[in-house]
Amino acid sequence: MSGNPNIRPGRLGHDKIEENFADLHPPLPRAEALIEADRCYFCYDAPCTTACPTGIDIPQFIQKIRSDNIRGSAHTILRENIMGGMCARVCPTEILCEEACVRNTHEEKPVEIGLLQRYATDPILENDVQLFTRAPATGKKIAVVGGGPAGLSCAHRLALLGHDVVIFNKQEKSGGLNEYGIAAYKTVDDFAQREVEYILSIGGIECRNAATLDESLSLDALREEYDAVFLGVGLGYSNELGIAGESLTGVVNAIEYIAELRQAADKRELPVGRDVVVIGGGMTAIDVAVQSKRLGAEQVHVVYRRGPEQMSASVFEQALAQTSGVTIHHHASPERIVGDTHVTGVQFNIDGSDEGMHLDADVVFKAIGQRLNGAGLDALETEGGRFVVDEHQKTSMQDVWAGGDCVVGGEDLTVSAVQHGKLAAIDIDRQLKGAQ
Amino acid sequence: MADLRSQFLGIASPNPFWLASAPPTDKAYNVNRAFEAGWGGAVWKTLGEDPPIVNVSGPRYSALHSNDRRVIGFNNIELITDRPLKTNLDELRQIKRDWPDRALIASVMLPMNEASWAQYLPMIEDTGIDGFELNFGCPHGMSERGMGAAVGQVPEYIQMATEWAKKAASVPVIVKLTPNVASSVPPAEAAQSGGADAVSLINTINSIMRVNYDTLTMYPTTDGMGTHGGYCGEAVKPIALNMVAEIARNAATRQLPISGIGGITDWRDAVDFLALGATNVQVCTAAMVYGFKIIDDLVDGLSNFLDDKNLSLDELVGKAVPSVTDWQYLNLNYIEKAVIDQDLCIQCGRCHVVCEDTSHQAITNWVDGERRFEVIDEECVGCNLCVSVCPVDSCISMQQLTSGNDPRTGEPVRAEKLNWTAHPNNPMRKPD
Repeated sequence: MSGNPNIRPGRLGHDKIEENFADLHPPLPRAEALIEADRCYFCYDAPCTTACPTGIDIPQFIQKIRSDNIRGSAHTILRENIMGGMCARVCPTEILCEEACVRNTHEEKPVEIGLLQRYATDPILENDVQLFTRAPATGKKIAVVGGGPAGLSCAHRLALLGHDVVIFNKQEKSGGLNEYGIAAYKTVDDFAQREVEYILSIGGIECRNAATLDESLSLDALREEYDAVFLGVGLGYSNELGIAGESLTGVVNAIEYIAELRQAADKRELPVGRDVVVIGGGMTAIDVAVQSKRLGAEQVHVVYRRGPEQMSASVFEQALAQTSGVTIHHHASPERIVGDTHVTGVQFNIDGSDEGMHLDADVVFKAIGQRLNGAGLDALETEGGRFVVDEHQKTSMQDVWAGGDCVVGGEDLTVSAVQHGKLAAIDIDRQLKGAQ
Repeated sequence: MADLRSQFLGIASPNPFWLASAPPTDKAYNVNRAFEAGWGGAVWKTLGEDPPIVNVSGPRYSALHSNDRRVIGFNNIELITDRPLKTNLDELRQIKRDWPDRALIASVMLPMNEASWAQYLPMIEDTGIDGFELNFGCPHGMSERGMGAAVGQVPEYIQMATEWAKKAASVPVIVKLTPNVASSVPPAEAAQSGGADAVSLINTINSIMRVNYDTLTMYPTTDGMGTHGGYCGEAVKPIALNMVAEIARNAATRQLPISGIGGITDWRDAVDFLALGATNVQVCTAAMVYGFKIIDDLVDGLSNFLDDKNLSLDELVGKAVPSVTDWQYLNLNYIEKAVIDQDLCIQCGRCHVVCEDTSHQAITNWVDGERRFEVIDEECVGCNLCVSVCPVDSCISMQQLTSGNDPRTGEPVRAEKLNWTAHPNNPMRKPD
């Protein structure tokens, strides 16, 4: 059980890496898009729209694809969801719009809404077509803390409504988990940054990166200086397993490894374990497992403490893991992490069994969720470690709104975060205009 | 396998499917291929006087497409044959010799003077053709020169030219009618008066396909200018069926044989024409869109249908004609209501929104807190709009109300018939 850990870069050659990290869902060519668009029934009060957290009028944007009105189609999407491009790539459509599609009843094959949404939005971003005109300046200034989907969505809507916005963002780049936390094959060609640039191109939004809430930048100071504050700070801390061996080298937070992978100039330079064990059952667990496999890990195991139906990774994601060569174990909880200085394996308890399970590991990824980093935000009411907000995303403070993963009901979905930001902006606007 | 052998004016063909006079029948090469594929007959591309006409050397065709570029409608500005008459006559003679069991008809278009008809028809008939079709329908180009539709739009001219043709020809004469008229009946009556053995219809409909969205000129053009063409293909079938049925149910023309033309693509289209009074059918656009091989489905689809219905071809002809009447004779006491089969409903809501927006507000979208589409009998006028737009076959059906009161009007359902001619609201009603 000892010996040197088998972790090294360059397990696969350049071509194989390119192939493994190519676009997971290549875009539809025009001919295919038109045929797919023809399949939409243009439903009344469409179930797909109801299922979309941002309420995109899906039949309408598909109709506009049918008529080659791509600019109109993109506007229909982006006016409800400014990250419609990213959502077209990362949304679990099979449990949202596409699950609701009436074609499922008719022939068990929904309209490919996600791919059509990408078809409509890609050219707008590629050609930098500005679809939005800002309302006359209101003279109001809003601070947005967090440059992820919630913050960017809020900032865009506020800018659209005529307000000026400053985004305080912890990282070097905006985009949040779109930039740092999503599997690379879901957002190729630096799409996350291109989308950020498109969002900012509306004007009126200043980005201050590498800025965190601390003594020099307190919530109170922001409230003092700005007319309103929106918090889209995400969940800053990774949850701990709380078991023996957790501090061994080789035990890594999945979210950090994914961030490293996403920022790597050459993925071949990333250290990759031969035997990889991932603990968790969400999208992050699947993302780190599949990417490890695609970087050349030989054995990748995802171990989840409950059954497949409880996994927050969608059925599609689970299938993707399995077809990528990842083994998923259910009903197994980690008992301890084994190793002297470096991890060598993990011992699991199996539900309903006296016998445990041991898996060798050069690397163990923890992907059991994140929790709020509430530093400097103690004054806000929380519940279960997340900010309490009303239906307009307003917190317990009259001039502070919040959205995305950091609020109660945050769903770990880009699309939900975008909706929170949008709702908050609309409410901020209403409140500021009402105060005039 | 039903017997599809066809006799039209005594002209035999192995099936009732002829290729219409058009580009597919312009040359022996094409017609040979058609007969090899199994077509029952061909009406040769229209012959005219020498020297031959000249066609444009640019776009002659354009199409109305579905999103996956299926051709729904088709437009052309091609004229009659642009080859010397002798070439055509030689090929006609050869084809008839090679394919004696197929129907071979010569379409002709000549100036409005009797001498031309007397001069050309015997020469053409000498090739061995089985009959003539007089092209009084072509709506573009030739009509500007006083032929084609310019004749077909004036019943007196039709009658005159038909008389000339009948004098000059010994084989049967079919008169091909233009749809660019208010009614197909007067032209058909004129043809009959002139001695025509049959009519064929429809020719193409005056049309402009669309504009070019970049140049904002009409599309297509010849060197920047365009002209209307003739519209055909699936989209025109309903217009053609009405014109056929009008002639078939008109007392004066009821006995006049009809060769049905207009958008026939599969065997069901042929059933439509035959049941509404055509004795055989002619096809062009479908062949120009898919090639001659579609004859397979036309032949065995019709044959299977006749077997299933236990009908002969002759029995099918005209079967639906008695069901066509004037609006004034429809029974106003008859009531239907739409019924939605909830097991088949996929919840698209199209029936609801079209009824709500454009009709009678007779379909729910929400029942007991659930998305649910049900017909409200108190509002339903039985218009069939919901049936027409429902994407699921047979999900919505129309069912007759046979007893009790109509929930919409509160009036009792009456078994006795009442049409507009006797309706109390009709100020012109006939006295009892």
